[in-house]
Amino acid sequence: MKMAEEKKQNIPGANSSGIKNLRFTSWIKQNFFSNVLNSTLTVLAVCLLYSALIPFLDWAFFNADFTGATGKECTASGACWAWLDQRINQFLYGFYPSEEYWRVNLTIILLVPALGYVLFDGLPFNKIGKWFSLFYPFLAAFLLLGGFGLEGVTTDKFGGFMLNLVAGLSGIFLSLPLGILLALGRRSKLPLVRWMSIGFIEVFRGVPLITLLFVAVIILQLFLPPEVTIDKLFRVMIMITLFASAYMAEVVRGGLQAIPQGQYEAAEAMGLKYWQSIRLIILPQALKVSIPGIVNTFIGLFKDTTLVIIIGLFDILGQARLLQSNPDWIGRVAYETFFLVALLFFVICFSMSRYSIRLEKRLNTDQ
Amino acid sequence: MINLRKFEPKRFITNERSRGYAIQLILLCSFLGLFLFFVINTINNLENVGLASGYGFLADTASFDINQRIIEYSSTSTYGRAIIVGGMNTILVAVLGILAATILGFVCGVLRLSDNFLIKTIVGTYVEFTRNVPVLLQIIFWWVVLLALPKVRDSISLGETVFLNNRGVNMPSPIMEEGSGYVFLALIIAVLISYLFSRWNNKEFEKTGKRRPAYSLIIGLIVIFPATTYFLLGSPIGLEIPQRGRFNLDGGINITPELFALWIALATYTAAFISEIVRAGILSVSKGQVEAAKALGLPKNLIMRKIIFPQALRVIIPPLTSQYLNLTKNSSLAVAIGYQDLVSVGDTVLNQSGHALEVVSIFMVFYLSLSLITSLFMNWYNAKIKLVER
Repeated sequence: MKMAEEKKQNIPGANSSGIKNLRFTSWIKQNFFSNVLNSTLTVLAVCLLYSALIPFLDWAFFNADFTGATGKECTASGACWAWLDQRINQFLYGFYPSEEYWRVNLTIILLVPALGYVLFDGLPFNKIGKWFSLFYPFLAAFLLLGGFGLEGVTTDKFGGFMLNLVAGLSGIFLSLPLGILLALGRRSKLPLVRWMSIGFIEVFRGVPLITLLFVAVIILQLFLPPEVTIDKLFRVMIMITLFASAYMAEVVRGGLQAIPQGQYEAAEAMGLKYWQSIRLIILPQALKVSIPGIVNTFIGLFKDTTLVIIIGLFDILGQARLLQSNPDWIGRVAYETFFLVALLFFVICFSMSRYSIRLEKRLNTDQ
Repeated sequence: MINLRKFEPKRFITNERSRGYAIQLILLCSFLGLFLFFVINTINNLENVGLASGYGFLADTASFDINQRIIEYSSTSTYGRAIIVGGMNTILVAVLGILAATILGFVCGVLRLSDNFLIKTIVGTYVEFTRNVPVLLQIIFWWVVLLALPKVRDSISLGETVFLNNRGVNMPSPIMEEGSGYVFLALIIAVLISYLFSRWNNKEFEKTGKRRPAYSLIIGLIVIFPATTYFLLGSPIGLEIPQRGRFNLDGGINITPELFALWIALATYTAAFISEIVRAGILSVSKGQVEAAKALGLPKNLIMRKIIFPQALRVIIPPLTSQYLNLTKNSSLAVAIGYQDLVSVGDTVLNQSGHALEVVSIFMVFYLSLSLITSLFMNWYNAKIKLVER
C-alpha cells in the first residue's frame, strides 16, 4: 500500500484534477455506457427516475397540505397530511384509552433491555438482566391488560400498530422455541414423535394463514365446551405463533442437517446426555447457520400480522381503512395512509434484514 | 433389556428403548385424548345449534352471484359448483401471477448483478421495498388505485383496443370460427418438428462440430406454417374488439379490478423474492467456470446460456417452487378485496350455510394437495438433478 502511494506521488501531476477527471469519466463510462445495451438501460433509468421521483417529491412535500380539520380543507394538488395530527394516536394505539398510553410506551421501552439481555452477553447486571428478560412477557401482559391495581383494558381495545407489535413480538418469542422442538421432533429416533412433528409442520405450512385464522375465529369454539371461551385476540395470536413455528421448524432443521454427524457422535462419546448434547453442542452451531432463515421468518410473521383485518381486528392497516372510509376524509387520504403504513413496516423489516446480514458476517467464524 | 420378573423402575427409565416406548405411549394417549375431547365437544356443540354435519349441503342452491368465472355458473347453481368456480379462480390468478412473477423476477435478478450503478440501485430499491411491505397492503393499494381510474365513459384507451377504467381492463377477445382448430394443430406440428430438428441438430453438432443455422429455420417454421394454414382456411380466428357504447364497453374480455389488482400485487411481491433467488443462484456459480468459458473463447451470451444458467438453475429451482406455492397461498388474501377465489367464495358459503367445519376442511384439502403436488415435483426434480451431478 505504502509503496503504491509513494509511487503515485512520484508521478507528476498525479493528484491534479486531470487524473481525477479521467478516473471519473472512465468510471462513468464503465458503469453507464460500456455497451449499447448498458447505455440504453442508463437512459431509461434516468428517464424513469426523472418521471417518478420528481412528481413523488412534489406530491409528498412541495404540493402537500399539512393542516386542516377535514379532507375538504386539503386543497393542494399533492398529498394531504392534515389527518396525521388528529389521527396518529389511533394509528399507533388503536382504541386503547388515551390516558393509559403510557403503559404501552413503557412496555415498548422495557422491551429494549429485555431484548438486549437475550441478544448480548456481558452487559452489566447480566444475571438480573436475564431474569428480567424471562419475566418480561408477564410484565408486558400485566402492563397492557391491567389488573392488580391498574385499570383493566380488554383486548378489543387493542389496535393500531400496537396490535401488530403485540401479535408479532409474542409470535416471535414463542415460535422460536416451539420451532426448535418441532425440528428436533422431526429428526427424532422415535417414529411416533417424528410422524406427529412431520404432520404438524406440513399441515401448518401447507395452508394459507388466513384459513388458520378462520379456524381460530369460527371453528376453535366448536372444539371446546360451550362454557370455555378464549379471547379472540389470544386465539389469533396462538394461530399466528403455530403457523410461524412450522416455518421456523423447517429453517432450524436446515441448520441441524448442516451439522456433521461427527459432532453428534463426539458429544455422545464425551458422555453427554441427549438434551445436554443438543443444548451445548448442536443447537449453538445449528442456530448460527440458520440465522438468516430465522430472521426471514420473523419478518414474514411480522408482515403477516396485518392479516388480522380480514377477521375484523383493527391493526394499523385496519385503522388506515377506517380513516379512508370516514366521511370527513373519504377520497382524500388513501395514498397518504398507505404510505405511512408501508413506511413503518419497511423501516422495521428492512432494519431486521440488515441486522441479520451483519450478524451472519460477525458469527461467520470459519474464515 | 427389561427384566420382567424383577421390575426395577430406575432401570426402566434409564434404558433408552423402554423410555422411548414410554414417551411415545404417553404422547399417543394424550393426542388421542385431546382428539376425542374435541370430537365430543364438536358433536355436542353442533347438536346444541341443531346443525347436521356432513357434505350434503354442497348440493343445495347457492343463490349468490359470482361475477368472475371460468365455467358456467349462476345464482341457481349449487354450493358445490360455487366452490369449484372459486377454486378455478384461485388457480387462474395463481397461474397468471406465477407467469408474470417469473419473468419479472428473472429480469430483476439479472439486472441487479449488472455493472450499471443506476440500474442496480433502482432495481435494488424496488426489491427491498416490495419485500419488506406486507402483501395485503400492496393488494389493497393496487385495488384502490384501479378503482380510482376514470369511469367507463372516459376510459383510457390504448389505440382504441385496450381500455382502462374503474371497472377494470377491457381487452379484445379471440373469436374461434370453424377451422380454427387446424391452425392450432399446425402450430403444434411446427413446434414438434422444430423440437425434433434442434435435437438432431445438437447431436450432429456434437458429432461433427459444425453448427447449422437453426434459429431462422425454426422461427420461420413456427411462424409461416400456422400463418399459411390460417390464410388458406380464410382467417378462422378473429378478434372481437371492445366498442365504446353509450354507457358501456361492448364485447371483448373484461378483467375485473379485483383480479387485476391481485395479479399486479402478487406478481410484483413474489418477483422481488424470485429476483433474490435468481441473484443468489447466479452468484453461486463459481467464478472459475466463467473464466474457463472465457478462456475457451465462448461469446458472452453463450457463457450465460450454456455455462452459468444450467448450473444456477440447480440452485434456483427448489426455492422457486416454494415461492410459487407462497404466491398461490397468498392469493387467498383476495377475500380482503372481494375477488371471488376459493377462500372468498367459501367464506360466503360458510356464512350462508353455517357449515364451517366442512368448508374449512375443503380449504385445507385444496391447499394441502397443491403443496403435496409441489413437493412431489420437487422430489422428482431433485432426483433428476442428482443424476447429472458427478
